Amino acid sequence: MSGTQPFRLASGGEVDRDRPIRFRFGGKAYTGFEGDTLASALLANGVRLAGRSFKYHRPRGLIGMGVEESNVLVQLGSADRSTPNVRATEVYLYEGLEAAPVNCWPNVRLDIGGINNLMSRFLAAGFYYKTFMWPNWHFYEGIIRRAAGLGRAPTQRDPDRYESRNAHCDLLVVGSGPAGLAAARLAAASGARVMLVEQDSLLGGSLLHDDATIDGSDARAWIDATKEMLAASEDIVVLARTAAVGYFDHNALTLLEQVGNEAACAAGSVRYRLWNVRAKRVILATGALDRPLVFSGNDRPGVMLATAVRHYVRRFGVVPGKKAIVFTNNDEAYRTAFALAEAGTIVSAVVDARSHPPDNFSSRLSHFGIALIAGGAVVATKGAKALRAVQVRSGDGALRWVDCDLLAMSGGLNPTVHLFCQSGGKLRFDEATASFLPGNSAQAEESVGAAAGTFTVSGALQSGHAAAHRALLTLDLECCLDAPVCAEERLPQPLLPLWHVSGGRGKAFVDFQNDVSADDIGLAARENFISVEHLKRYTTLGMAADQGKTSNVNALAIMASLTGRSVQDTGTTRYRFPFTPMPLASFAGRARADLFRPLRMMPAHERHIRHGAAFEDYGGWMRPSCYPLPGESHAAAEQREALAVRQSAGLFEGSPLGKIEVVGPDAAKFLDLIYANTMSTLKSGKVRYGLMLNELGAIIDDGVAARVEDTHYIVCTSSGGAARIAAWLEEWLQCEWPGLDVVVAPVTTAWGVVTLTGPAARRILEKVGTSFDLAADVFPHMSFREGLVANIPARIFRVSYTGEVSYEINVPASHTPELWDRLFAAGATHGITPIGVDGWMLLRTEKGFLHIGADTDGTTTPLDVGWGYVLKKKSDFVGRRSLLLPENQRSDKLGFVGFRAVDPAVILPVGEHVVITDADSTQRSDGYVTSAGFSPVLGMGVALGMIHGGDTRLGDTVSIGVHRAQVVPPAAYDPEGKRLNG
Amino acid sequence: MLLIECPWCGPRDEVEFQCGGQSHIERPGPPEAVSDERWGAYLFERINPKGLHRERWVHAFGCRRWFNIARNTATHEIIAVYRMGESSPDAPSGDGAVP
Repeated sequence: MSGTQPFRLASGGEVDRDRPIRFRFGGKAYTGFEGDTLASALLANGVRLAGRSFKYHRPRGLIGMGVEESNVLVQLGSADRSTPNVRATEVYLYEGLEAAPVNCWPNVRLDIGGINNLMSRFLAAGFYYKTFMWPNWHFYEGIIRRAAGLGRAPTQRDPDRYESRNAHCDLLVVGSGPAGLAAARLAAASGARVMLVEQDSLLGGSLLHDDATIDGSDARAWIDATKEMLAASEDIVVLARTAAVGYFDHNALTLLEQVGNEAACAAGSVRYRLWNVRAKRVILATGALDRPLVFSGNDRPGVMLATAVRHYVRRFGVVPGKKAIVFTNNDEAYRTAFALAEAGTIVSAVVDARSHPPDNFSSRLSHFGIALIAGGAVVATKGAKALRAVQVRSGDGALRWVDCDLLAMSGGLNPTVHLFCQSGGKLRFDEATASFLPGNSAQAEESVGAAAGTFTVSGALQSGHAAAHRALLTLDLECCLDAPVCAEERLPQPLLPLWHVSGGRGKAFVDFQNDVSADDIGLAARENFISVEHLKRYTTLGMAADQGKTSNVNALAIMASLTGRSVQDTGTTRYRFPFTPMPLASFAGRARADLFRPLRMMPAHERHIRHGAAFEDYGGWMRPSCYPLPGESHAAAEQREALAVRQSAGLFEGSPLGKIEVVGPDAAKFLDLIYANTMSTLKSGKVRYGLMLNELGAIIDDGVAARVEDTHYIVCTSSGGAARIAAWLEEWLQCEWPGLDVVVAPVTTAWGVVTLTGPAARRILEKVGTSFDLAADVFPHMSFREGLVANIPARIFRVSYTGEVSYEINVPASHTPELWDRLFAAGATHGITPIGVDGWMLLRTEKGFLHIGADTDGTTTPLDVGWGYVLKKKSDFVGRRSLLLPENQRSDKLGFVGFRAVDPAVILPVGEHVVITDADSTQRSDGYVTSAGFSPVLGMGVALGMIHGGDTRLGDTVSIGVHRAQVVPPAAYDPEGKRLNG
Repeated sequence: MLLIECPWCGPRDEVEFQCGGQSHIERPGPPEAVSDERWGAYLFERINPKGLHRERWVHAFGCRRWFNIARNTATHEIIAVYRMGESSPDAPSGDGAVP
C-alpha cells in the first residue's frame, strides 16, 4: 500500500506515483496522483461516504466510473469558478482542486436532511402531489423548492472562456474502445478524413481494464501502436475528454470537449470547446454500461458496479475494498472477482443468480479460494455509513450474513444507445442479452461493439473493422488493412435476467440519484401510471444529472413484469440531447457580454460622444436620444433641440435609414406592385412618399423613393425595416415575379446620412458649398440630386420629417464624420444644434407624420390613415385585394387622428385609452394615444392616436383617462406645410 | 439540423437558411375578379402533411436566393431541391399529401 493512500496498490494502473497531487474534499486535505480522477483519488484515500441522496439524504458512495455515476456529485471549485453537480468520476485531479459533496448540511457525515430517511415510508412517489393540496400547492412551494436541488448555482459571473468550432469529416467514430479503434484505424489507412472522439482522458475504453492480446501484442501496446498510426496522418483528428452529446438530423453531431480545468483556466486556458460536426458517416462505438442489481440496501456506500470496481483496480491501481463479495447474473463480474483477488483483496464469494453458472471459471475460483454460491442472491445489506455485511441467500434458500466492505454487482450490460436513439433509430429488446439494442437506423450511422450488443473484445474488433469497411465503400475509398485479431479465451455464457431481488427489508433502489425504489414503481403501477413516460414523471425516475443511465432498463423491466407486458412493449422513455450535462456557457461560446448582441455604431459615432450624447439602443443601433448640456435633464434637452430646429437649424445623423437600390428596365413596374401608391409616374430627380403593405393590407413600412433615372430608383425604408424590406423585395421578385428584369441591392450601411433641417438649413448648406443650385424653385421639396456637398460626393434628398426645410445628405459612410464637421462648423453662427432621436420624434409628432409601428400596428391599413385614394389606383399591388374585404371597408375602424387636450399643459399618456361609458356604466375603449409630447414651439401638448371612425370624429370631445381632449387633424404645427416648402 | 443543398452554393447548414413555408401557392388575380373566399384561402389555408411537403426556402446568409425543397416532415429527409419556376418532382407513392 502506498503512503497515505491506504487503498492504493504499490504498482499498476495509469497513474504516476512520482507526481502526487494535493486536493481538498469536503474541507479535508488528501493526496492523489497524476492520472487520477477525483473519484479514484477518494477511493484510494478510503473515502467511502462521499455524498447524500437527493430525497432521503441517505449516505452514498461511488457506484460507477464515468458518466453513469449517480451518487457522488460534487460542487467543484470555489467562488466564481464554482460548478454544481459535477460527477467525481469525470473530474481529473489537479493541484489545489477543491470539491465538496452536494445536498448535505453541515457535512456529509452529519447531515441534518437525513431526517427525511427516517420519514421515508411517508415520502413515496407522488407524496407531494397528494399531500400539499390544502390550501394549495403554492403555499408550500417555496419551502419545498428550497429543500430540493443538489448543488448551488454560482452567483458570480463566469470568468472562463468558452469556444465553439465547426468541423466536417468523412467518418466520425464515437468511442475509442476496441471497436472504435478498429474502425478509426481502418478509416485512417484509407485516407479518409476521420474524427475519433473519446470522453475519457485516455483512449482504449474497456481495454483499460480488461486483458486482451491483439495482433500478438498486449492491449496497451496495441492501443499505443494504433494511436501512433492515427497521429501520423493530418486527416485524423483525435479528441480525448470529448463527449458526443447530441446527434441531430443529417448527421450533425455536437461534441463537448473539456479543455482546461479550473487551474488551467485561471492561467488563460479555454474551459470547454463545443464542436458542431457534420459527418458523412458515423460509427457509434459507445460501449455499454453496467446495470445495477435491485435488492434491499443496494445503495449503501461500498456497493458498486462490477465493471467500475475492475476499472479502479486496473486503471488507477486502487482497490475499493479489503473484503469483497461479487453479486452477478452474468459472466462479466467474474473478471472483477479475479481482478480483485489478483490485487490482494479477499473475495469471499461470487453470488451468481444462475443455478448452473459456467464451469469454466471453477479452476480460477478455487485458485483464489473464492466460494461460488450458485442460484443465490444478496437480499440485504448492513452498515450505517458504509457497507459492513451482506445477507446472502444461497440456492437452497438458506440466509446468512457475510462480512464485507465491498459488494461488486452486475445485472448485465446496457449498450449505450443514447446517440443512436437521438439519431432517430429504433431500439429492439434482445432477450439473449436482456438489453435494448440498436434496431433500424434512421441516418448514415452504424453501431458497433458493445453498443451493438457484442460484448467480446474479438467481436468488437471485428464489428468495428467491418462497419468502417462498409462506410468507406459508400465513400468510394479504398481500404486494405486486415482486421485486428484477438484470441478470445472463451465465449460468455447467457445471463439470467434478474430485475428485482425480493425478500429483503428496506428500500431496493432503482434510481440512486433520484431515490426511486422498486416499491415506488409498484406504487406507480397500482395508480395506473404504467406508460413509461408517466412512470418517469410520477416517480422522477431517470431525471436529474445522470438521466437514468443506470436505472432506466431495470425500471422498465420491473414495470413490464408488474403489468404483464414484455419489455419491448413497455418501451423506453425518449433519449434526449444532451448525453451528459453541459455548462450553459458552452452553448454561448464567445457570444457573451458585449459580444452577445453587438451594437452597431453609426459612422459619426465619435462626433456624438464629443457632443455629450446620451445613447440608447434603437433596433441594434447605438443612437443619441439627446445631447444634454451639463446639468440639463433629458426632457429639457429634447425641448431645446426641437425648438432649435424650428428657430434655426438642427443636425441629425440618420445613417441607419434603409437604402435599397432598385435597378432595371422593369424597376418602375416592380415598385408599382410593391407600393400601395404609384411610383412609375415619378419623374427623374423627384422623390415620392410611399406605403408598403403586406398581403393582408396592413402597412409594413413607409418611406420615400427617389427616381435617379428611368431604370433606377433608390427606395428608402424606416431604420428598423432596412433588412426586412430588402428581403421582402427579393422574395416577391424571385418567387412571384421572376420575369421582371430588376435587381435589388441593399446599400444601407454603405452610406452615411446627415440631415440638416430648419429655417437656416439652406444658408448653411450654401456655406459648405454644393455643386448644384439650392434655390427653392430649382431644388424644391421632394427632389433628389447627385452632386458634391463640401466637395464630398453625395446624394441629397430634399425631404422632411420635421416640417422644416430639410436636406438628407447621403455620403459614402467613411465621409460622414467629415460632413458632420463641415456642416456643424458652417452652422455655428446660425446656432446649429445636434438633435437626438427624442427631439426628432417630437418634431414629427407636432407635424402629424406617421411613425410606422408606433402609430400603426399589424391591423392598420392605408384606409385607416387617410389614404383611401390608393384604391383609385388601376394596377394591382401587394395587399390591394385585402383592402376590398368588407372588414377593411368598415367606416368605424380605428383611424389615425390628432388629440388636443383641453388643458394645454397636459401631455396625454401614450397608451392611454379613449374611454366610452355606456348607459349601464360599463366602460369600453374607443381608441388610444400612440404618440405624444409637449410642443415647445406651440407651448402645448400634442398627441396622435387611433379612434373608431377616424377623421369622421374630428371636433368630438372625448375622455382620455382622466383628461378631456378634442379630436383634431394630425398636424398640429404648420398644417399647410408652408415651412417645409420654403 | 438539416443539411440543405442550395442550388446556387451547394450543401450548407440549416442555420444559413430561412423557411418561407408552403410553396407553389398561386396568387389569384386580378383583384376585382377574385372572390373573398378565394382570397381568404390564398391568405390563410395551408396544408400540414405528415410526409412529403414542398416548401420555399431562402439562403438568407448566403446568396439570398429563393428555391424549393421537397421534404419529408416525418423523417426530415430532403427528397429534392429545385429552383423557383422549376416544376416539382413527383411525390413517391403514398408519401403524404400533395398540394
